[in-house]
Amino acid sequence: MTATTRDVQQTPTPSGGLVIEDLGVTLTGRPVDVVDDIDLVLRPGEVVGLVGESGSGKTTVGTSLLAYSRAGALISSGKVLLEGRDVLKLPWREVRQLRGEEIAYVPQDPASALNPSIRIGKQLVELQELRGIGTAESRLQAAREGLTEVGLPNDTEFLRRYAHQLSGGQVQRVALAMSFLPKPKVLVLDEPTTGLDVTTQKMVLDTMAQLCRDHGVSALYVTHDLAVVANIADRVAVMYAGQIAELGPKDTIFANPSHPYTRALLDSIPHLSQARDVKGIPGRTPAPGMRPGGCRFNDRCAHAIDECRQQVPPLITVAPDHEVRCIRVDEIGTWDIQRGTIPDADPDRKRDIILSVEGLDIFYGRKQIVHDVTFDLAKGEVVALVGESGSGKTTISRSVGGLHKDWTGTVAFEGRELANSARKRSAEDRRRIQYIFQNPYLSLNPRLTIEQIIKRPMELFGIAKGKQATDRVLELMEQVALGSAMLRYQASRLSGGERQRVAIARALAAEPDVMICDEITSALDVSVQGSIVALLEGLRKQRGISMIFVTHNLALVRSIAARVQILQEGRVVEAGSVVEVMERPREEYTRKLLSDSPRIA
Amino acid sequence: MSTTANAPSTPSFGERAMKQKRFVFGFTVTLLVIAFAIFAPLFAPYGEEQTAGPPYAKNGLFGTDYVGQDVLSRLMHGGQGVLLISVLATLLGMVLGILIGVVAAYGGGWLDEVMMRLNDVLLAFPQILLALVVLTALSNPAAWVIVVLIGASHAPRVARVSRGVALGIVSRDFVVAAEALGEKRSRVIVAEVLPNMIGPLLAEAGLRLTYSIGVVAALGFLGFAADPGAANWGQMMNENRLGLATQPWAVLAPVLMIAIFTIATNLMADGLAQLSQRGDS
Repeated sequence: MTATTRDVQQTPTPSGGLVIEDLGVTLTGRPVDVVDDIDLVLRPGEVVGLVGESGSGKTTVGTSLLAYSRAGALISSGKVLLEGRDVLKLPWREVRQLRGEEIAYVPQDPASALNPSIRIGKQLVELQELRGIGTAESRLQAAREGLTEVGLPNDTEFLRRYAHQLSGGQVQRVALAMSFLPKPKVLVLDEPTTGLDVTTQKMVLDTMAQLCRDHGVSALYVTHDLAVVANIADRVAVMYAGQIAELGPKDTIFANPSHPYTRALLDSIPHLSQARDVKGIPGRTPAPGMRPGGCRFNDRCAHAIDECRQQVPPLITVAPDHEVRCIRVDEIGTWDIQRGTIPDADPDRKRDIILSVEGLDIFYGRKQIVHDVTFDLAKGEVVALVGESGSGKTTISRSVGGLHKDWTGTVAFEGRELANSARKRSAEDRRRIQYIFQNPYLSLNPRLTIEQIIKRPMELFGIAKGKQATDRVLELMEQVALGSAMLRYQASRLSGGERQRVAIARALAAEPDVMICDEITSALDVSVQGSIVALLEGLRKQRGISMIFVTHNLALVRSIAARVQILQEGRVVEAGSVVEVMERPREEYTRKLLSDSPRIA
Repeated sequence: MSTTANAPSTPSFGERAMKQKRFVFGFTVTLLVIAFAIFAPLFAPYGEEQTAGPPYAKNGLFGTDYVGQDVLSRLMHGGQGVLLISVLATLLGMVLGILIGVVAAYGGGWLDEVMMRLNDVLLAFPQILLALVVLTALSNPAAWVIVVLIGASHAPRVARVSRGVALGIVSRDFVVAAEALGEKRSRVIVAEVLPNMIGPLLAEAGLRLTYSIGVVAALGFLGFAADPGAANWGQMMNENRLGLATQPWAVLAPVLMIAIFTIATNLMADGLAQLSQRGDS
């Protein structure tokens, strides 16, 4: 449907939509490019996905559309044309008017965009007052209609709620409703679904796509997740280190990705339909000022030759509408989305149980969160706990790990019952079961060096000390692909992916038999997730470590786990081998989870 | 990873501190004032309680005070007592307060509740009153008694602040991780929680030092000094305040010294706090 309307409206000189020409943003004070040479057209009613790792400058491009740059950066060149007017040249009064009314922005964290002390209804009405939309009588009605459009209740009770009384998905949809109220022509969405679980994500994405279609709004959807883009975007721009690396229609990007970076990104994404040997991209995205000369991807690219290091390649048009910034585009061959698929984990493998959980009931104060959960874990096996937020999956893993002690039931490790809290368990049990946290920014003490962090479990459990321990630390760091130069770094200097590797190394330092991984990749870029998953898979095979893997990402489960427990509101609704559950789901809830998960192939 | 491997290794905290203007300035001036307090008595033109002329006369650099002692000499002699007592009292107050605050925050539950409510009772008294209650019972208090009293009166205030800071840290995952490994509770506090509180605590210490000097001076005014006849910056202000119009230097000189000292120590604490904060984020 969108395709036809677009064909009609598409003219040589784009009248509607938005045109970005040669946009550049530099740091103030230093002549360092944050982004440069960005050319992009948003056609009316079109959703363009802007994809890249953290540090690629995608958010900077997004906010530039509103003539805004964060403190310390400056829009230094280029034009942003909205109906022939250059947004960047407008006087600030008009820019203020234009922001929100013609170009709207939906931030990553909607909770911080809504005022926590003003009721939802009041905020929706106030917005219209500010913009001078409608009359005093019509505004409340418009607020109700706006909420209906995004699929939220519009009764007075809902209008009287505060932001903290809504769920994450509801808040994000209120933010969407607010951005659509002034009927903007262009919408910039900055990772609006990061941090939401698949069901809510699907709901928000569908709402957004519907609204764009109905109102003919062009949208720029900024995200690090290609899987999300595959479901909503018409065209995709892949950004790397401040430049567009590849730009093309969605189907072309997924069927025939032509830039080595796009291919590497696609290689790191797990598929829902088949297990996959996911890989990360070696190295990390260079920060502004640290970017290599020539093609910026050359130091991480498998196809790089000397010529790549000499000058920045131009965007080459390889097919109508499909541009690639790679000089070897004709030489690196074709690509297949099915590359790297591997057989699913064998459901009939003989299992040697190491940890079993029986009749687990978990409480927070008087409230029971988890009801009668039973599952077990075999040696060298990965069991996934999957569910929406609030399904109790993290609570279960914390109870098994001894971090939450208010539970009843049995958790048996090699047949021995474990005490409720880690402190009451024996040192040996504490050593053999290690827990890895979701957020690596919180789980490492920012004051300690990497050496101190990884060494501590060895000292504590009497595995090694002094010089010998330092050698072990270096060994472990190599195993998790961290350079030995980082030994004396403080944790605060590392990127998210590197921190999570340190956390894994710390767990490995205790030489565990079971690792409990609590959403350990959900705070990370997909490319980093790929390398972490590859690392864990290697550990499982080499050391026979068993893992409980908590996640909401079913595609990831397919590639990493052998068995899966689907959780809903603290109960197991379906369990079994991954192939069985994902190929032939018996429960309605599992089917819904599967259908809500973004698919690529 | 290649990018970080090329980056220079972290300079030590001391090296970084020496590059920070705010800290270096505060640190230098603090040292100068302390050096003055220690060595100046050796060069003083008159003795500590020696009369140099008529009261409120213009003799010498700063003139004479209410009983005719040389103000410059009194100023040179009067630093040691005040600085020593207030620095020690501040240290004592900080240590006690941090201990109470962190233990309450880390312990949580009823322990936190009981400790903080008792703390609130102490907080209800004006700071100087606690000291006065004890001092009125003693005829000639030793210097250490004043140190203990002022330190103890700081403790509940410091405890409030440090509990607030610690609460934000004890719930972080790295503390939970240490718990899960089975670290001793004392080690969790010392190695995991305290190092992350340095910034706010240093700022608090700077503020407390300023208060200490004020309280020492106020106690001196009320007649509760270790040695009523001895020179003491705090006491000097109070002794001479009646002659402020005729002989302002007798008051202004000690005021300036205290001002310089507190500004310098606060700059120093501020600089350190900024430095220790910068590593985070």
